Amino acid sequence: MSMTRIYPYVGWLLLALALLVLAPAVLSDFRLGLLAKYCCYAIAAVGIGLAWGRGGMLVLGQGLYFGIGAYAMAMHLKLADAGPGGVPDFMALYGDATVPGWWEPLRNGGLALVVILVLPALVAGLLGLAVFKRRIKGAYFAILSQALAAAFAILLVGQVKTTGGANGLNNFQGFFGYALFDPANKRMLYFLAAGILLISILAMAWLYRTRFGELLVAVRDGEERVRFLGTDPANVKLAAYVIAAVLASIGGALFVPIAGIVSPDDVGVVASIGLLAGVALGGRASLLGPAVGALLIGYAETSLSEAFPGSWSYFQGALFVLVILLLPGGLAQLLGMVGRLNVRRGNSVDDHSPRGVPRGKQGETEVPRSASEEAAAR
Amino acid sequence: MDSLLAQVFTGVSAGAVLLLIALGLTLTFGQMGVINMAHGEFIMAGAYTAYVVSTIVASTELSLLIALPVGFVIGGLLGLALEASVLRWMYARPLDTLLVTYGVGLILQQVARDIFGAPAKEVPAPSWLDGSIPILGYDFPLTRLFIIVLAAACVAALLAVLRFTALGRQIRATVGNRDLAETIGISTRRTDRATFFIGSGLAGVAGVALTLLGSTGPNLGTSYIVQAFLVVVVGGIGHLKGTIVAALGIGLLQAFLAHALTGSVAQVIVFLAIVAFLQLRPQGILSVRTRSLA
Repeated sequence: MSMTRIYPYVGWLLLALALLVLAPAVLSDFRLGLLAKYCCYAIAAVGIGLAWGRGGMLVLGQGLYFGIGAYAMAMHLKLADAGPGGVPDFMALYGDATVPGWWEPLRNGGLALVVILVLPALVAGLLGLAVFKRRIKGAYFAILSQALAAAFAILLVGQVKTTGGANGLNNFQGFFGYALFDPANKRMLYFLAAGILLISILAMAWLYRTRFGELLVAVRDGEERVRFLGTDPANVKLAAYVIAAVLASIGGALFVPIAGIVSPDDVGVVASIGLLAGVALGGRASLLGPAVGALLIGYAETSLSEAFPGSWSYFQGALFVLVILLLPGGLAQLLGMVGRLNVRRGNSVDDHSPRGVPRGKQGETEVPRSASEEAAAR
Repeated sequence: MDSLLAQVFTGVSAGAVLLLIALGLTLTFGQMGVINMAHGEFIMAGAYTAYVVSTIVASTELSLLIALPVGFVIGGLLGLALEASVLRWMYARPLDTLLVTYGVGLILQQVARDIFGAPAKEVPAPSWLDGSIPILGYDFPLTRLFIIVLAAACVAALLAVLRFTALGRQIRATVGNRDLAETIGISTRRTDRATFFIGSGLAGVAGVALTLLGSTGPNLGTSYIVQAFLVVVVGGIGHLKGTIVAALGIGLLQAFLAHALTGSVAQVIVFLAIVAFLQLRPQGILSVRTRSLA
């Protein structure tokens, strides 16, 4: 194993130490709760790193899957609070105080977990089949996925009686039997979120090194070549998209007991693009970049909004412009540059790991087109 | 019959708004592959232009007519600034322009919030657009009719420019084949800038027109941009006709569904219908025929 193969694991260990040892030791309960929230975003970001960074699919609508997980969890918590046969408080307020049939399965905690894991996979699978098999990609895919997130948010706002409308669902008392007002249980939730985040990063580290991981990068950099070589790129993309959707759903499900609220604002277009900010900052194609970026963005948003209200929009806007324009590989690219300076003095560069921008996006794959391909393009 | 006619009118006027917004988008997307999320904020800038003009020009009768060309220039200049400062470096990776322009849009929104304040502004409509006229027994609001006429005028003007002027020929050549256009001496860089000016200017015009329908706030553009992009995608790249058909089609579909169901469900169904439609025609209603692999 060369050094560049080991670096990501060193980084992972450092992140694990910071999240599991350092943060609980130095942060107040309030700050730890905020960090738990950022971890939920980071879990979704890990999935975006897979689909966007490695797969080249600009997933603009991950709020849809974040929202599926979040609302499934929120509905379960509401029903659990209401007790067996009970009706959640807001339904008595807006509606006729009966629980709609499609809520009932979520009364069962185990079934709710199944829904959180399976429903986003089904939705993403169906959508992905429809989209990727027809070779809809690039901007078209981005716009479609964004439109779905927008549609989902609109639907949630419209169905006040069953989803709480624009106010969303909030005021949860317990989480699978643990009282949510108890600080000890809040810490437990933090460790749960941080643990799942770390595990999902490890899973990516393994996935990136499998045949599938290599194929995914190949599809990103030259989809047609992969097709010519006899592999259907649609299946590869589909798998990555489904995994990303499930991760977003898990993040959303954990978000609910930690933040104590979920509303259409957390799933719409703005929230969905917000999830991309951290991924872009950290480095979309790197292993740790998406998660670290999401944590940094969450921290920056809170502290900037506290210090100067209104400045966050400027900051987020400038971040998108500067990072994507000047540093498309994110902070990981910056680290890579520093690393390369060191390496240049010593041994040769192992440029195997695609940390930076997708190569095709830099216009390189345009050049080595063969004559027959050129002819086919006419 | 009356209700059917009412739905058709509602649909056509909603389609006209979508068309006004999508015209500029389809130009820049078709020619440069740039996905300009800041287009929505150019619309907002046009709407605020109408507001500022209405505070300067005392006569409410004239301010709208003055605001239309001013809005076009303001939108166009914003577009030029965006192209010259950011987008010119990004033509090699068009997908990334989406996020960059989204960032620019966020900044513009906050600028508007800092200048004009978060509460929405009302722009007084001229008295000659008060009331409605009966068409086939249905009272049609004049403001809606004005927007339909404006959209038609913009389409006609754009088609005329593309068809009859030197700039139009250059634009069509660049859309058709950028490299070949360069070899016959067209400066595609200059053409790109001109296209961006026109496309963004149309967003400004759309913004001025939107002040007739509602109040103006910093988030005005975001509520329209997603739908406008869907119109562009459904319409197909490089053909204005496709965009026109898509805008009117989506407007009508939404009007009829909203009448039969609730507004939010109608919007969701429209989105799903678009995904289904792209199954049948991934390239949109009309598109330039190529055999390119990309």
